[in-house]
Amino acid sequence: MVEWHVHDSLTVEAIPVLTAEDFRMAVANAVDQGARLVAFFAAPTVGGATRLYAILAWDGRSCLQALATDPGFGYPSLTPICPQAHWFEREIFEVHGITPHNHPWLKPIRFHDRQDGGERPAPCVTEYFTVHGSEVHEVAVGPVHAGIIEPGHFRFQCLGETVLHLEISLGYQHRGIEAQLPGGPDRRTIHFMETAAGDTTMGHTWAHCAALEAIAGVRPSPRAQAIRAIALELERLANHTGDLGALALDMGFLPTSSFCGRLRGDFLNMTALVCGNRFGRGLVRPGGVVWDIEPERAQELLRRVRTTVRDVRGAVRLFLESSMARNRLENTGALAVEHAVRLGLVGPAARACGVVRDDRWSYPQPDVPLPAGTPATGEGGDLLARAMVRAQEIETSAALVERLLQELPHGPLLLPMPKLPPQRMAVSLIEAWRGEVCHVVATDGEGRFAWYKVVDPSFHNWFGLTMVLRGTEISDFPLCNKSFNLSYCGHDL
Amino acid sequence: MLRVLAERWRQKMRTIDFPRNHPPLSDRFRGRPLLQPERCAGPGCGTCTAVCPSGAIGTDASGLFLDLGRCLFCGACSAACPKGVISWSDDFRMAARRREDLVLRGGPPPGLFPLEKERRQLFARSLRLRQVSAGGCMACEADLNVLTTVVFDLGRFGIDFVASPRHGDGVAVTGPVTRNMRDALLWTLEATPEPRVVVAVGACAISGGIYRGLPETADGATELLPVDLFIPGCPPHPLTILHGLLGMLGRLSTGEAG
Repeated sequence: MVEWHVHDSLTVEAIPVLTAEDFRMAVANAVDQGARLVAFFAAPTVGGATRLYAILAWDGRSCLQALATDPGFGYPSLTPICPQAHWFEREIFEVHGITPHNHPWLKPIRFHDRQDGGERPAPCVTEYFTVHGSEVHEVAVGPVHAGIIEPGHFRFQCLGETVLHLEISLGYQHRGIEAQLPGGPDRRTIHFMETAAGDTTMGHTWAHCAALEAIAGVRPSPRAQAIRAIALELERLANHTGDLGALALDMGFLPTSSFCGRLRGDFLNMTALVCGNRFGRGLVRPGGVVWDIEPERAQELLRRVRTTVRDVRGAVRLFLESSMARNRLENTGALAVEHAVRLGLVGPAARACGVVRDDRWSYPQPDVPLPAGTPATGEGGDLLARAMVRAQEIETSAALVERLLQELPHGPLLLPMPKLPPQRMAVSLIEAWRGEVCHVVATDGEGRFAWYKVVDPSFHNWFGLTMVLRGTEISDFPLCNKSFNLSYCGHDL
Repeated sequence: MLRVLAERWRQKMRTIDFPRNHPPLSDRFRGRPLLQPERCAGPGCGTCTAVCPSGAIGTDASGLFLDLGRCLFCGACSAACPKGVISWSDDFRMAARRREDLVLRGGPPPGLFPLEKERRQLFARSLRLRQVSAGGCMACEADLNVLTTVVFDLGRFGIDFVASPRHGDGVAVTGPVTRNMRDALLWTLEATPEPRVVVAVGACAISGGIYRGLPETADGATELLPVDLFIPGCPPHPLTILHGLLGMLGRLSTGEAG
C-alpha cells in the first residue's frame, strides 16, 4: 500500500494493484483498524481498462493510502464486510457497469444513462425496500418538496406513526459535472467546482485548488491561505447559523428561527465584503485568491463578526436553553456511534455521535493555524447533539476568523500556476461545514485531467439519515432532515 | 418569555426599507456590467470571449454584446480585457421581462415593464409562488429563501412561497433543468392554476448558465416554459430578485424601476 501526505502528489503507477480478493481484504482490514474510506471509484488506466481505486485516510497519522485492483466486469463486494463502501459501490456499478457481487442493495443512486447501453431508468424508479403487513403503509414524498429546497424522493415504510424504514432516492440534481472534467482544467472547471454544491463553494473550490497545487508543487502564500480559511469559516458560520434557525423553525420556535434567518445573511454579506459574492464565487483560484483583505476591510469584518456572533449566541441560547426545545430535541433522531463509524459519516453528523473527526485538525492546510481546542463532539447522536455541535463550532469558527483577521500574514495573493505535470495524482481533503470534501485528481501524459473524482460530504451522510429515521415517528422527519441538512446537488453532481 | 422579549429588544427591528432604500452593498459587488463597445479592439481581439466560462460575451453584426442571461458575474472578462471595455456597476436592478432585454450592448439598459393588465390586477397585491429547483446548486434557492427572513420580509409585499402548486399563482424555477427534473418541473407547472406566472431565477434557469450544452441538462427553463420574468445572476442578489418581482407586479415607482 502506498502512503503519502495529503499535500504531496504521487504517480498513479505507484499505487499497488492487488487481486480483487486481496484488495477487498486489505481495504476492510484497514477500515477495521481505523482508516476511513474517503474515496472509492473506478477510473480509466492509460491502457484504456477500468481500474478500481480505494483512498484510505488515517486521521491519527494525517496520512493517506491508496490501493487498486482490476475488476473486469465484477468483483466481490466490499459492502458486506465494510459498509463504508456501500454507496461508492452503487456509484461504481451505475457509472461503469462493474458489478460488486453480493452487494446487498445494488440499485442506481443517480439514474443517469447506463454505460452498458441499456435503457436509461426513469428518475428514482427502482425496487424500493418495502414492508408488508395489514397495517403497514407507505408514504412517498418528492421530488418537489414543500419548502424552497432541492429535489429528492423519500419513501417511508410506516406502521401507524412509526417509521420502520426510510429509503432515500436521489439523482434529480444530476448535471453530469464529473464527466465534463477530463481534459481540463479549462475556463469552466472552477465554476463547476463553485456550483458543485453551491452552499459549499468555499469547500469545493479550496479542495479543487489544493489538489491542483499539490500536483503542480505550488504553495500559495500564507496570506492567500488565511483568506481562504476566513472564507471557509464564514461559510461554516452562515450555514450552521441557518441550520440552527431551521431546526427552531420546524418545531415552531419562531424567535430563534427569525433571528438566525437574518444572521445567516449577515455572514453571507461578510463573504460578499471579501469578494463581492455572498457565496464566495470568484474568490479562490488555483495559486491563491483573487481578492485581498486590506487592513480597513479586516477591521470592518472583525467588527461585523463580533456583533453577529454575539447575536447568534443570544438567539441560540434562547433555543437550546428552552425546556420545550430541549424536550423535543433530546433522544429524537439518535444515531449510535457504531453506526456512524461503520457507515463512515463525516462532519457535525458524525461528531454529534462522539466521533472525533475533523479534517481541520487531522489534515491542516499549509500555513493555516489549527482552530483552538479540539473538534466539537456531542453525545448520543440525537437532534440535541447535532444542534449543540453546531453551536460549539460557531464559537470555534468565530474565534479562528477573529484570530486570522487580526494577524493576517503577508504574501502575494495569487501565484502563477504552471502547466500541470503529466501522470501525477493528488488527493485533497477540506473540512467544509457539512463535513469532508474530497477531490481526487490525476493528470494524463499531457498534464490534463485524466480523471477527476469529487466526493461531497453528503455522499457519506445520506445513509446516516436513513438509519436515524428507523423507529422514529414520521413527524420527526423534518427535524431529523434539517439536523443533517444534506446536499442533493453535491451528491448528484 | 421575558428572555425572548429581551433578545428581541436587543436585536432590534431589522427589516429594510426596500424599495425606497436599501443597505449598502459590498464595494466589490458586481452588478449590471457597463459596456463601452467604442473602446473594443474589435472582433479579432477575442480576449474576453476566450476567457468567458459561459459564452456570455460575443460579437455579431451589431458589435459586442454581453448576455446577462448567461453571465456568471465572475469578472474574468473585465480582468482580461486590455482596453477596459467591461466594468461593473453596483446596480442590482437587472431583471427583465423579455429574454432579449438581457443582452447588453452599451447604451442605457432596457426597462423592466410590468405584467399585462389582467395578471397584474390579479397578482399585484397577492402573489403565491411554488419554487422548483431543477438542478439548482442551492445558491439561488438560498437567496430566494432569504427573502422570507425579517430583513426583506417578502410577506409585506403580499408575495410568499407556498408548499403546493395548487396554492400557487406561478412557479419560480432555479437550475439548468436537469433531465431527471424536467418532467417534475413540467408537471408542477401544469398543477398550477391559470392564469399563472413563471419566473426564471439565475443564469442556470435562464440559459443553462455554466451547465449550458451539457447532455444532462436542458439549458434552463426558457425553452421549456413561458417565462415571464428573467432574474440574472449566479446567484442573483436577493435585492435583484425582489426588485424583479416587484417590477413585474408593477409595484415600483419610475425611479425605483431602474
